Amino acid sequence: MIKLAKKIALIFLGFNLMAYSHLLRAELTIEITGGVQSAHTIAAVPFASPQGERLNADIAQIIGNDLARTGYFKVLDEAQMLTRPSRPDQVKFRNWEALGQDYLVIGDVTKDNNLYHVQMSLFDIYKKTQLKGLRVTVEAGALRMAAHHLSDAIYEILTGNPGVFASRIAYVTSELISKKKTKYNLYVADYDGANAISIAQSKSPIMSPAWSPNGGEIAYVSFENKVSEIFVQTLATGQRRSIAKYKGINGAPAWSPDGTQMALTLSKDGNSDIYILTLANKSLRKLTQSLAIDTEASWSPDGKKILFTSDRGRRPQLYVQASNGQGGAERITFDGDYNARGSFSADGKSVVMVQGAQGSYRIAVQDLASRSTTVLTNGPLDESPSFAPNGKVIIYARRKGNNDILATVTLDGVSKQDIQHTGGMVREPAWAPRK
Amino acid sequence: MKFTTVLVALFSVTLLVGCSHKKKTLSGDENTAQTLTDGSGVDSSTYNADGSLVTEYNPNNNQYGGESQLGDDDNNPLMQRPEFSDPNSPLSKRVIYFEYDSSQVKNEFVPILEAHANYLMANPNQRITLEGNTDERGTREYNIALGEQRAKTVFKMLQLIGVRAGQMDVVSYGEEKPVELGHSEESFSLNRRVEIVYR
Repeated sequence: MIKLAKKIALIFLGFNLMAYSHLLRAELTIEITGGVQSAHTIAAVPFASPQGERLNADIAQIIGNDLARTGYFKVLDEAQMLTRPSRPDQVKFRNWEALGQDYLVIGDVTKDNNLYHVQMSLFDIYKKTQLKGLRVTVEAGALRMAAHHLSDAIYEILTGNPGVFASRIAYVTSELISKKKTKYNLYVADYDGANAISIAQSKSPIMSPAWSPNGGEIAYVSFENKVSEIFVQTLATGQRRSIAKYKGINGAPAWSPDGTQMALTLSKDGNSDIYILTLANKSLRKLTQSLAIDTEASWSPDGKKILFTSDRGRRPQLYVQASNGQGGAERITFDGDYNARGSFSADGKSVVMVQGAQGSYRIAVQDLASRSTTVLTNGPLDESPSFAPNGKVIIYARRKGNNDILATVTLDGVSKQDIQHTGGMVREPAWAPRK
Repeated sequence: MKFTTVLVALFSVTLLVGCSHKKKTLSGDENTAQTLTDGSGVDSSTYNADGSLVTEYNPNNNQYGGESQLGDDDNNPLMQRPEFSDPNSPLSKRVIYFEYDSSQVKNEFVPILEAHANYLMANPNQRITLEGNTDERGTREYNIALGEQRAKTVFKMLQLIGVRAGQMDVVSYGEEKPVELGHSEESFSLNRRVEIVYR
């Protein structure tokens, strides 16, 4: 039951979190709300804690929230539980059957010096069998992440797809602090908004965060020096370096899948074109040559193709071009009058984009093989879509009332969740790659 | 397509400049519009003013460190002078507005650009920044490019009238710095703009 590799990984994670502690701590609370579309019912019983110790993370509640947010699980309210087993021999299936539960999660936490062992068991109530037992060991600071790892395991067993609960996101906030002053922050947080840490602050706009393929660095655009400039910041150390400060636009950074190159938008030669920057030697290659706006590059997972937005056909549409510069660009969008900011799914089979039609902007996904496009959201101002590492969920930004918030939608469009947030407008979410 | 738009805009301005020179004398130089054929791009020099006229008024108030707010020239004492502050003076108007997804300067703004061009030609050490902006619709990086296109259109028109390219810088904030936070067409139309900021 104990996976040694995972154990080591989680302990390492604990150190990682400690490394961030020198950074500014956010006063953010993000809570995901939204109706549950209900498919499976599941109960997550509060985990027994060592000698009744109050832990800094409620494991069962975190697991329950993770599963509920997917839209595919209805989680039993704790108040309705008749019994609270923490060991497999304490489980009476009839109790949970009576409550209409399909699945049951129980577990306990034990302490060994400074380490916590979190043990979880997953049961199928109908079949009256245990589906999975798993133990992870972490430091106190990583208990929350341990719960997310357990959620990932549960989700994968029950749906066949890897979970995204242990992953992280980056996003930008803007907050009006006086009539003419706005504060911009670049945050990194757990996927659910917990443990949000501001990694960059400015009185001038911050834009376009992009994770390096190994998740260790983030590239972003900052106007802190009065002009646009692209920085790369190492998360563990907080160190950053300027990689592009050319005359004109320095925008839309996108890492190549192998992390050695970056696609950028520059206008140093007159108008916006896509360039490929080799990070090791700073050499620059111009990829697009049009007189129109070319921007918002995204690499195919094999690194061979670049997807980008261009208005060479008068209105913004998506085009694909070989990343080595060979051959021309092929237009791939024809629905709607505005298609922009496309990016590939991790398997390279589909592309997510912002689609504008009749003045409303929605998130749409195109299956590249069939070229059929499905609109996933309702608008009116949805933007910045980013695939989750498992390719099943998309995070994006949307207007809700007078607020800009983050939201998620499943690839089938069935489940939509808002991520509520206090303290300014939230935008440009970027889901970190799976490590 | 965009290229054509710019050409059309430039053409219309050339006609207007031809007219305006007759009624507005400016240092008696009739050849201004014709002499400007070089300077294809935006000035690439740093932002340190080269003995700019602004320092004449109050050098202490013209500091633009990394902490300053962008696109805000309210602190520039030059803007308190009558020609910039009197609502009847065309120089008091320093914002050019645009149609949706367009970077074409509308005819109604041409006299304003001419007034600024005349001032800049008479004060060749004065520098400005043209700040391009868009409304919130559409994607953010595309809007950065669109905002730059707007600012560059204004740049080229001012240059054509006779302003030195070295007097002008261009920056685009796309939809990142709205002046109106509402979400109506009225707010959108006020956010689709190029601000002429005196340094």
